[in-house]
This record gives sequence, C-alpha cells and structure tokens, in this order.
Amino acid sequence: MSSTVVVTGLGAVTPLGATAAETWQAALAGTPGAHTLDNDWAEKYEIPVDFAATVPAEFTADKLKKVEAKRLDPSSRFALVSAREALADAGLRSEDGTSDLDPERTSVSWATGIGGVWTLLDAWDTLREEGSRRVMPLTVPMLMPNGPAAAIGMDIAARAGVQTVVSACASSTESLGQAYEMISSGRADVVVAGGSESAIHPITLAAFSSMRALSRRTDSPETASRPYDVDRDGFVMGEGSGAVVLESEEHARARGARVYAQLAGWGLSNDSHHITANEPAGVHALRAMRLALQQGGLEPGDLAHVNAHATSTPVGDIPESIAINQLLGGHVDSALVSGTKSMTGHLLGGAGAVEAIFTILALHNRLAPPTINISEVDPKVNLNIVRDTPAELPAGDLAALSNSFGFGGHNAVVAFKTA
Amino acid sequence: MAHSEADVLAGLAEIVNEETGLETSAVEGSKSFTDDLDIDSISMMTIVVNAEKKFGVKIPDDDVKDLVTVQDAVDYIVKAQQA
Repeated sequence: MSSTVVVTGLGAVTPLGATAAETWQAALAGTPGAHTLDNDWAEKYEIPVDFAATVPAEFTADKLKKVEAKRLDPSSRFALVSAREALADAGLRSEDGTSDLDPERTSVSWATGIGGVWTLLDAWDTLREEGSRRVMPLTVPMLMPNGPAAAIGMDIAARAGVQTVVSACASSTESLGQAYEMISSGRADVVVAGGSESAIHPITLAAFSSMRALSRRTDSPETASRPYDVDRDGFVMGEGSGAVVLESEEHARARGARVYAQLAGWGLSNDSHHITANEPAGVHALRAMRLALQQGGLEPGDLAHVNAHATSTPVGDIPESIAINQLLGGHVDSALVSGTKSMTGHLLGGAGAVEAIFTILALHNRLAPPTINISEVDPKVNLNIVRDTPAELPAGDLAALSNSFGFGGHNAVVAFKTA
Repeated sequence: MAHSEADVLAGLAEIVNEETGLETSAVEGSKSFTDDLDIDSISMMTIVVNAEKKFGVKIPDDDVKDLVTVQDAVDYIVKAQQA
C-alpha cells in the first residue's frame, strides 16, 4: 500500500526574504526582487543586462559557521540554510542541530540547474592567474551538482539515499516528485526536498543574453519580470533556495506534526521537441498537469489555484497558458493563476521549490499571491490571473498545481491538496 | 623578505584557523596535524596551498607526508624560504 505524502516543514532563502515566512509576506505585498547590480559587469564585459534578483548577503550572514561556509559553493550555502529552516519548522531539528530522525528512513531529494558555477569559474581564474598549485583541493566537491544535496545529507545523516535532479528550470519540481516516489513507495519516512541556485555571474548573464532570453528593461529592473504582459521581453535572473520537508502521513501523525498540505501527486513529461523552445501548443505540458491530477485522484474542477511557470519570456508564457486553459476547460474562472516570478525573478533550479512553497502556503492560508507588473494582459492569454494584490481562495477541500518547465523540454508538475 | 620562525607559526595558525575553525592558540608546534588537530588529508592540502601562497615557498606533495607536527611545517617553511 502506498503512503500518503504530506508537507510538514518549509524553508527558503530568496531575493524576497531570508526565510519562507518572510518570502511569503513579501510576495503577498507584491514586492519586486530585481534591482540594478552593484558591480561593473555590464560595462566591463559589454553585457546588455545589468540587473537581477539577488539574495542580499545579510539574509545568510551568521547562519553558517565560517568554516562551513568556506567549504561550500554559494548554491550549497543557500541549500543548507533553507533545509535547516525547513527541518526546524517541521519540528525535526532542535536549535543545537540535533534531531531524532532515523537515518536509514531519511532522504534528500535536491536539485540545481547549473551546479557550482561560481566555484568552477573562480578555480579557472586561479588556474590561469596563479597556476595549478593554487587550485583548492575542495574545488571538485564544491562544484559538483550534487554538492548541495550532499551538504544537506551529511548535516542530517540522511542514509536512505541522497539524490540530485538536474533538469534545468524544472529541476526542483522534479526533485519534489522524486521525493514523493521515495515516500509513497515506502523507501523513506522523511525527505528533505527542494532546490537551490546561485548562478548570477557574468557568464550566465552573457549567455542568457546572447540567446535573447533575458529582459533588457535596464531602465526599470523592478518591472522587468512581467509574465503575461503584452510588453514582456524576457526573464529576470534570480537566485536562492527552497526546501520542503515531505513526510509519510503515518510518520507525521505519529509525532503530532503540523501538516501544511498534502502532496497529492505529480506529473512528468517531455516535449523532446527543441532544446530551448517549448512545444508551441503546450500539448506535453498539459499531459504533465493531467498526470499530476490523475495520481492525486483529482479533477480539473478541484483546482482553486495554479502557480504557473510563467517566466515572462515572449514565447514561453503562451504554450503554458494554452495548456492551463485546456486543462481547466469550463473551470477556467474558478482557478486563480499566479506568476510569482514577477517578484522573485527566475531561480532556475530553485524556482520549482520556491513556487511549490508559495502554492502550499496559498492552500494553507487560502490566499493566492499576486502577479505584479502586468499593465495589459496579452490577448493570447485566457486565464484568471491574480494581479497586483492577493486573492482569497474559497473554503472547503481545495487543490492546486505548481508547474515548472526547463530547457531540454522537461515538464514537471506537482499537485497539492488542503490537509 | 623571509619570515621569522615566530611569524611562520603565527601565519600557519591563522591558515589552520581559517580552514578548520580551531583557535590559533591551539596550533602549537608540538601538535600533530592529524592526531591532535583532527585535520584530514584534503584540509591538509588546502593548508599547504595557502601556506605556499602566504610564505612564497613550494612544498612538493612528496614532502607533505613528512609534515607530521606543526613544528615540522614551520621548520620546513623557514628552511624553504632560505633556499
């Protein structure tokens, strides 16, 4: 018999806040995370984009020991800080860092889109400028994409498997899905799931700019991320981490844990159509959403809310909107759609986890977060979009989806139900 | 300019502190890197890389295994500076 999977802890470090609660409050207030970067990259390397949604240094300062931080890529630092917050929130970690978790029943399912890009490129600079003797011995474990998962796993002695999903911007929705599999199949009782990214670097800004994926609204960075708006011109780079503690219902109930929501199911599909562009009719995205509902025993009419992938690129927002519209059919008005990247920017491998947290909190608080920066909705989009201010969700049993799609054609969707 | 033995010990203690979090006062000449200071091989290599940079010396990998105590490292660096 498969176990029911519930959400018992949340943690986040994002451009909007140092914790999941701060991030949620800032999102409800419609706070833009993007700003002009305080560096010379654009000028020095002639990069047409000089803004991003960064995590202020004070959000993580003092949360890790100096020695701990030094041995971790920034993507792993974000991961560890958010995972500890989520475990403490779940009542599974005391202030001194100890826990009663059974190592052989505890797992980590983490994600990153790019891995330790800062570590890799810093090491490359060191090699070129000072030679191979100066390349630090910890370079490899710091840059490997499974570094964040391993850091969390070691921190909590997770021994039921520590895995990493890499599927570009779908990564951390897929890592939640893989965590679901671990629990529902009985391999683990508790899984720390999520994803992190720290890739705001001249090379990524230059490369994403080169493919015309980034907004160039340099005169107004805070309004640059505008999913569904007629004048959207690309996504805004973000960074940070989201962590969700998933637990079998039996395990959570036995210890009297607070349950935020149920992870009812998930869907996975692939466009296998083009390396970066979505399949234009959203056919495979739609199938991923249907699979998530099906696994959760849900119908489109149960959906009160969808946290859309909605990155604010001219091409990308449309296939998803077509797919959501087709999924909902006659229920299109009753499901409130939010594009929270309008505030957080795009956290790449961390995006799905942070948006899952928004979706969980939307159900828990019965409040859908806003989509900011829309002046005029693209006429091709036919959805009930939450704009500017939060919108209340009705009473009763509700379900919600969180969608993520990534380069490589990856479509991952998680379905949550009110607890 | 060559660093004195006391300078090398103090500098090495700072490097060990950065890498491991150990108090600089704990990094005494008689202490063994592995047995007393609990420094693993990868941390030892990091300390060596940083010491090479700080003191402008070369410590070949084959010689690192002979640096058992902090004093071994101090002596090695002092001598290497004069070479």
